[in-house]
Parts: sequence; structure tokens; C-alpha cells
Amino acid sequence: MTNTRSRPVEARPDPLTWLRQNLFNNWWNSLLTVFSLWLVYALGGGISVWAFTEANWRVIPVNLRLFLVGQYPLTEIWRIWFLVALLALLTGSALAIWAASYRRIAVGFALTPLLLALLPFSLANRLWLASLTLLGLLGWFMARNANLSMRRLVMWGGVLWVPVSVLIMSGLGDENPFLPSVGTNLWGGLLLTMLLTIVGIAISFPLGVLLALGRRSDLPIIRWASVAYIELIRGVPLITLLFMAQLMLPLFLPANVSIDRVLRAQVGIILFSAAYLAENVRGGLQAIPKGQFEASYALGLSGVQTTLLIILPQALRIAIPVLVGQFIGLLKDTSLVAIVGLFDLLGIAKTVLAQPEFLGLQREVYAFISVFYWLLSYGMSYISQRLESALGLGQR
Amino acid sequence: MRKVVALLSALVIASFLMVACGAPAPAAGDAKPVIQTVVVTVEVPAAAAPAAAPVIPAPAGFGETLKTVQARGKIVCGVNAVVPGFGFVDASGAYSGFDVDYCRALAAAVFGDATKVEFRPLNASERFTALQSGEIDVLSRNTTWSLVRDTELTGNFVHTTFYDGQGMMVRTDSGIGDLAGLDGGTICVQTGTTTELNLADVMAAEGVAYTPLAFDNADAVFAAYTEGRCDAVTTDKSGLVSRRTLLADPANHVILDVTMSKEPLGPMVRHGDDQWFDIAQWTVFTLFAGEEYGITSQNVDDQKASATSPEIKRFFGLEGDLGLKLGLSNDFAYNVIKQVGNYEEVYNRSLGPDTPTYIPRGLNQLYTNGGLLYAPPFR
Repeated sequence: MTNTRSRPVEARPDPLTWLRQNLFNNWWNSLLTVFSLWLVYALGGGISVWAFTEANWRVIPVNLRLFLVGQYPLTEIWRIWFLVALLALLTGSALAIWAASYRRIAVGFALTPLLLALLPFSLANRLWLASLTLLGLLGWFMARNANLSMRRLVMWGGVLWVPVSVLIMSGLGDENPFLPSVGTNLWGGLLLTMLLTIVGIAISFPLGVLLALGRRSDLPIIRWASVAYIELIRGVPLITLLFMAQLMLPLFLPANVSIDRVLRAQVGIILFSAAYLAENVRGGLQAIPKGQFEASYALGLSGVQTTLLIILPQALRIAIPVLVGQFIGLLKDTSLVAIVGLFDLLGIAKTVLAQPEFLGLQREVYAFISVFYWLLSYGMSYISQRLESALGLGQR
Repeated sequence: MRKVVALLSALVIASFLMVACGAPAPAAGDAKPVIQTVVVTVEVPAAAAPAAAPVIPAPAGFGETLKTVQARGKIVCGVNAVVPGFGFVDASGAYSGFDVDYCRALAAAVFGDATKVEFRPLNASERFTALQSGEIDVLSRNTTWSLVRDTELTGNFVHTTFYDGQGMMVRTDSGIGDLAGLDGGTICVQTGTTTELNLADVMAAEGVAYTPLAFDNADAVFAAYTEGRCDAVTTDKSGLVSRRTLLADPANHVILDVTMSKEPLGPMVRHGDDQWFDIAQWTVFTLFAGEEYGITSQNVDDQKASATSPEIKRFFGLEGDLGLKLGLSNDFAYNVIKQVGNYEEVYNRSLGPDTPTYIPRGLNQLYTNGGLLYAPPFR
């Protein structure tokens, strides 16, 4: 997928010329430039004075564990590290196999743990973080010249990582000596936010594709069912679904049956997200010209083959920007579970704010978690842009 | 064993009856005694339970909560996780606070182990549903006791653990000294709470016109007050006291000497299980009594070893069977005091003078000190 066309050579003026040409080329632009500079100073100045002199950042290092994993027991935290290490290995391999020409993404991934190590972690945790980078590099070099079976291994590893993670995190029963159960009421912070997001994407994506295909199906029952589902779910806000799951559902269940609260929230998020995804995917499907179907049938492909091999790959490629937008929205929507009493990143921030020694530090705590949300959102957005250009979206 | 006794006694009575019936009827006037004996046979099944005193059969639901809790191995306690002093998660990940400690005391009473409790953070709107649907066994979440909540919401308030009242805070330099001084002013208040309704009631009664500025959460309410968007802010006095310490210039804010409401806060259990209600209630009384008797978590072992007065001996379960009557172990009170402490210790841990959330005890003192804490006798 290398781009054979060479880019035109750009003229690089020296900074002073550049300034004159771009920022001060007439009186109107000069005025705008001066005004913008003043605006940046007025806003940025106040914020940096606050951030460096007034803010009490001590609340962050003291509660770092809560922000990252919530109340997950300290003795079992190795499980999280193990899963993240596994993910680093898989990511390194996957990058080497499928994105080897995009060095910048790989470097970004490799640097992330090292940057995180700048946070006030303990030495042991910093070593863990550094080893994540090493594992990523190991994965990269192992998979550099991967054959087909190695590729399959990495792909299935990635697919299986999600259920395996949930299993390892929740444990194998109270009596199990190696992996005792850890109730989901102890999962929290970034861990819970990521879990809700990743599982939400992993399950709602195939569900959404099925619903989109169902809505375009020739079979009336499937079509009507899909339409009914999509329109019903899209007709209510996500918070309504979450309240329904947390408050109404228990009233309908028999007295001794109780469904895990995190699971209830997760199902609500998946159902909601799937309906929106279905419409996004349908948008991609409708952009495929009829000739593609006809050509495919003329080649003797069956309906299923046409859909899987010809239509879906093109439709999903077209839908990438909206799909990624949807996923970023999903990440931020997970913060709604704080309203129904789960300790995701936002929920844990609220309880940290009630600690008597850190009363009134709303700005510090919310600024900190905003940075996390921004990093995650921007990371997803950046990767999607790279993915788009790798697939030649908008150029072909 | 009892069944055998009951069966035997039933047989004996029956045989008496046989004899009575089989005996030759002596005279016409003797018809009455025969009818009376028939009445006795009807009463036999009721007398079958304990031999000593007739007991009214327990209503449906009695004892079910304790059974469920014991089978589960822990209590599920609904708490507030975002109120300084009453319920929050500390940096080590453990729950802490005044309401939280009550849950621990209940666990100590039921299991003899204060750690056997799972906390369920709840917000104001879902707390009653969670209790009704059985998701939690007890709600200990700064909830005000009121008639509607005691009836319609199918819960029973156990006992007040914290007497609070709604207050009003203004800036000192505003010169406002009473509610009438707020005429035409703006008051910041939180929506969806009894606070908002009380404010309307009290101001209507006083004939004071005001503009409410309502927000969904307490942080926004106090942020608006700090920004000067309203002349006064109202919430429970406990809230005002802890919030005032956060303001830039606490000395410039004064809490008016008016109490606009009674806010008795306490734990709540479901309707229909009086045994569980009793357990929850006597756990509260254990905390009160511990302070009254001067028993603390520090000296509880000495006090138990040297207990002489019958009342203290009954309290510790050295005499009598008070714990067994509740369906608990006989030393439940000892466990509560040993593992959680008495009321004073619990109070000082979260709301005492050494904490940033200090609230003077006010009404929350023993009746002997002019407060309202009064435990019925342990007998």
C-alpha cells in the first residue's frame, strides 16, 4: 500500500517571512493576530497561573490508584498488569503486521507507557510501564516477518483478549486459590471506563452491522424487526436506558434474582450503541452503487458472499469516519454510568471529591480526568485518520 | 421434639374428650361442659408451639432478610459515596464516613465481623427503589425520616442516628440577620430534595418573597453562591458547616440562627420483616448505650471482664439471651462496640473536632447531656 506518487516539494520560508506573509499581510489580519494573541494570553495566562501556583495537585497522586482501577484489591492488581502486558504484546505484533509503514503510530504506542510513567507512580509501577514498551517492541520484532499462521494467531489473540480479560478480572470463584472472585462492585476508574468502551464496541459493532443488513433485507419480518429496534432505541436517550436497567429491571425480577450492575449498564450501552451503529453502517451500504451487486452476481457469487466479500468491506471503509465518531461518543457516553452510581472515571472523581482532606478540589480533579478523556478520544481519532489514509479513503 | 409433645398432648386431650363423651351423660344440665370441652379441642393446634406461652404466628416475611443475609455471607448496604463526613471512598479504596460505619456496626451485630458488608453507592433517586427491590438490605444514606417515606415508599425508618436541620447561610457584609432580611432576594437551593420544599413552606409562612435558583447538585449550588449569583444558600446545617470551610473566606459567611426544618437522618429497612427491623434498630441502640455506659472499643474487654451490674452483663450477653431473641449471637453488642465503637467514637471519627468536617454535636448528644440520644433498656 505504498504511495508511489511523490509529493510536491514545499517551499519553506524562514520564520520571519512566514509571519509577514501569513499573519501580518494586511491591517485586518494584523489586528486579528494581535487580538488572538491577547486572547490566548488572557485565557492561557490565567489557567497556567492557576495550574502552577494555586492548584492543589496532591489529590491526584494520593488517589491515583482509585482513578486508574477503582477499588480493585491491591493484592490482585497483577491481573490488570498481566492483561495490559498481553495487550502490549498483541499491539506490537499487530502494528508490525498491518501497519508497518506507519511508524508514527507505532512510536506513539511505544511512547505512551513511558509518558504515563511521568505520572506519580511508585517505582515498581514505573518498571511495569517501562516493560510494557519492551513487550510492545518484542511483539513488533517477533511479528515483523510473520507468516500466515502467525498473523492468524495475533488476530485471534486480539479477538479473544476481551473475553479473557473479563474472565481473569472477575476471577474463577470465591474458593479459587489463584484467581479468587473480584466483584464488579470493586471495578472502577479508568479500568471500568475502558471495559465499558471496549466491550461496548466489540459487541455493538457486529450487532450494528447485522441490524443494518437486516434493515435492508428483503425478508419483511427481519426488516420490520430491525426497523422497530433501531427506531425504538434511537427514540430514547441513553440515560433513560441506564435508569431503566438500574431501577426498573430489579422491580420486575423475582426477589432472589439479581443481575450484576456493571453488566446491566454494559447491556444498556451496547443496545444503545448498536442502534446508532446500524444507521451509520447503512449509510455506508447505501453508498455502494448497484453495479457492484450486479457485477458480483454476474461472477456467480451468492448473496452471502456478495455481502461479506464485496459490499461490506467497501461500505465499512466508507463509514469509518462516522464509525470512529460513534466510538468516541461511546467512550464519553460511558461517563453517564456515574449517574446511576457506578464508579467509572467520572464516578470515582465524584467520590474522591468527598474525601474530607480534599474538599473543594473540583477543578483539579475534573481537569485531570478531562485530560484522560481527551487523550483517549484524540488517540482514537488519530488512529482512525491514519486508518483512513492507509485505506485510501477520499482518494479513490 | 415439640411436635411429639404437641402430638402427645393432643392425644391426651382427645382421650379425655373421648372419656368425657363416652361417659354416661349424668343430667340434662351437664350439656354445657361438653360444649366447653369441644372449644378446647379447637385451641389445641395453637397451643402446640411452645408449651409456656401462646405465640402469635409470625407474619409473612418475618426473618427472611436475616436468612438471606446469612446465606449470602454479607450485608448489602446502600450508602451515599459523595457526601463528605457521611460516606465516601478514601484513598485506600475503602468506604468511610458516619453512615458507612453504621453498616459496619450492623455487620458486626449479625456476623460478629464488621468487614462482612458490601457497600452499594446509590444516588438520591434510586435509593428507595434499591431498597424496595431487595438489592440492598438496609439503606444508610443520610435519608430524612418523613411520613410519606415511612409509608408510601414501603420502608421503615429504624431510628434517627443524626438530628439535622435546614439552615441558611448569608454573607456577613450583607447585613442580613433573619429570614425577613431576604425579602426580594435570591436563594440557591438543590432540586429534588426536601430542602427545596421546606424553603417554600417556611418562606410562605413568613410571607417573604424570594427567587429560588435551583441546581441539580450541591457543588453547583455552592459554586453559584460563591460567584454571588444568590444572596443566600440553604441546605442542612451539617452541609452548611462543612461547605463553609471550603469557601475562600469562611469568616465572611454566617449561618443564620434559624432552623427551618427537622431533618432526622437515619437508616431505613423494608416493610414486612420486623425481625430485621429489630436487629437494625437495636444496633443503633447498642451504639447509644455503649456511649451511655462508657464502653469504648478500647476498654470493652476490660469492661466485659469486670462487668458486675446486671444491665451491663445483659448488654454483653453474659446473662440472659437478649441477642438470641433478636436471632443473633448473644454477644452482638460486644462485637459492635469492639469492632466499630460506640456512638461517640463513630461520630468523632467522621464528624468530630479533629476532622475537616467537624459538626458540633448539638442534639446528637446523650439525653443526659441535653441531647436526644436515648436507648431503651437492654432487658
